[in-house]
Amino acid sequence: MAIDASEIQKVAHLARLSIDDNQVDATASTINNILELVDQMQSINTDNVEPMAHPLDAVQRLREDKVTEENNREQLQSCAPAVEDGLFLVPKVIE
Amino acid sequence: MYDKSISEQSQALASGELSSVELTQSYLDRIKQLDGNYNSFITVTDELALEQAKAADERRAAGNAEALTGIPLAHKDLFCTEGVKTTCASKMLNNFIAPYESTVTRKFKEAGTVMLGKTNMDEFAMGSSNENSYYGPVKNPWDLAAIPGGSSGGSAAAVAAQLAAGATGTDTGGSIRQPASHCGITGLKPTYGRVSRYGMVAYASSLDQAGPMTRTAEDAAMMLNTMAGFDHRDSTCMDREVPDYTAHLNDSLEGKTIGLPKEYFSAGLDANVEQRIRDAVAVYEKLGAKVQEVSLPNLQLSIPSYYVIAPAEASTNLSRFDGARFGHRCDNPKDLMDMYKRSRSEGFGDEVKRRILVGTYALSAGYYDAYYNKAQQIRRMIRDDFMNAFDQCDIIMGPNAPTPAFNIGEKSDDPIAMYLSDIYTLSVNLAGLPGMSVPAGIVDGRPVGLQMIGRHFDESTLLNAAHRFQQETDFHKATPFTA
Repeated sequence: MAIDASEIQKVAHLARLSIDDNQVDATASTINNILELVDQMQSINTDNVEPMAHPLDAVQRLREDKVTEENNREQLQSCAPAVEDGLFLVPKVIE
Repeated sequence: MYDKSISEQSQALASGELSSVELTQSYLDRIKQLDGNYNSFITVTDELALEQAKAADERRAAGNAEALTGIPLAHKDLFCTEGVKTTCASKMLNNFIAPYESTVTRKFKEAGTVMLGKTNMDEFAMGSSNENSYYGPVKNPWDLAAIPGGSSGGSAAAVAAQLAAGATGTDTGGSIRQPASHCGITGLKPTYGRVSRYGMVAYASSLDQAGPMTRTAEDAAMMLNTMAGFDHRDSTCMDREVPDYTAHLNDSLEGKTIGLPKEYFSAGLDANVEQRIRDAVAVYEKLGAKVQEVSLPNLQLSIPSYYVIAPAEASTNLSRFDGARFGHRCDNPKDLMDMYKRSRSEGFGDEVKRRILVGTYALSAGYYDAYYNKAQQIRRMIRDDFMNAFDQCDIIMGPNAPTPAFNIGEKSDDPIAMYLSDIYTLSVNLAGLPGMSVPAGIVDGRPVGLQMIGRHFDESTLLNAAHRFQQETDFHKATPFTA
């Protein structure tokens, strides 16, 4: 399944990455090489094979629904690019 | 004492012949003197290390020391260490001071070990050569022209160059075993779920696992004793009893069966590497083990399966780097979308972006079944191949990599060639099995490791086999300085 320049831009947008115009073709070519490599899978018959998400087929544990985390807001925000009054500052979202 | 194993250092500390402060200072001096050659550390925590060493000596004087108390270790810069820069070798986290401690490093702290610093790696653990680091490549102490392997290349180089007594690494597709192999040290990737992933910067959550990188198997057992165990903070950590991994190191191998997968000894394997592996297997026969050919028919499919699953999970995990809450933010973003895109594009390196793109594509609408779902079906086939092989043997052995360490720059422009070199290690992560590398000789001045693969949660058998091998051979005692 080959991917062209406009499609690579679409995928980059989904991933919130930007690709310089002069890099689009090179990027598409590398990604296509990788897709070609992984496309080996397509010729394999996997009918009736259950997809495996965990090597021991374990499922996520459940726990009691109660608050166990402490409030460490100040500490956790100490590495934020910009905060004010305990809030993360980002560019204006609403006009 | 910097050239001694952890177990020897532990005895010297216990007898009072050596203090942790002396030992720690000797490593800090060596790092200062030699690491300019290797670039194995991103951060050296010298003041903290000496404080911890002093505390360790006081704890020992008070009679509360454990086996590892006072032992100087290095941690891969992917474990969050509270108050200490944790970069994952990425510009994205160049300014990130971790606000909390990973479970692995917390356990080492509680055991009284000393942290010398944080080691270099491939950015976000994506790579097999340690060339994908924002802080520059790591050089192999055996040959400065060679890669140390990756992604735990800094940890492997630091242990090989005797800049740390032992180190932590993480292994998503071979990132402990392959650098251990290339740097002539011992490395163990435990069973998925054996060691908590809490506080490890996530790459591919269903594959990532932390483990020890050391000079000897006995040292790896000592470190694993501290690392292993249930942690409610990691939802995939398994609640299973932790045995004493040092208890069975000397057990007899009489009657054990070693499986040699024929697919591990086929085209593409360097003849000299193959000879070292065959010679190592002969040592096991001398120790009373039987050898049996086994088959892993879907081995070749581990590359496509892994290079879908890992990038897919990576694209999800790395979506947290948005420039809003922590990590790199671009200058003067004009709006939210501009902030996301420029922060991420500036913060991530080429290989990371490549995997995010592949993963995003594989998970995008219309492609999920053809890629992620298909890869997970093949993952099960690969796991089942191992289960069938383990009906006929106790340990699987083979090479870690098709060749000894390649040269820096040799494959850096060719991601496909780099991916193909992971052929012998990826399947172990897909199957969730424990795997290990032990030194097995030198080819053209560069070390070669023997890979051992065990049943789920059977780290003890691997450590037993590795230890007995190291009683019979001196490969693990060779260093870049004596070769």
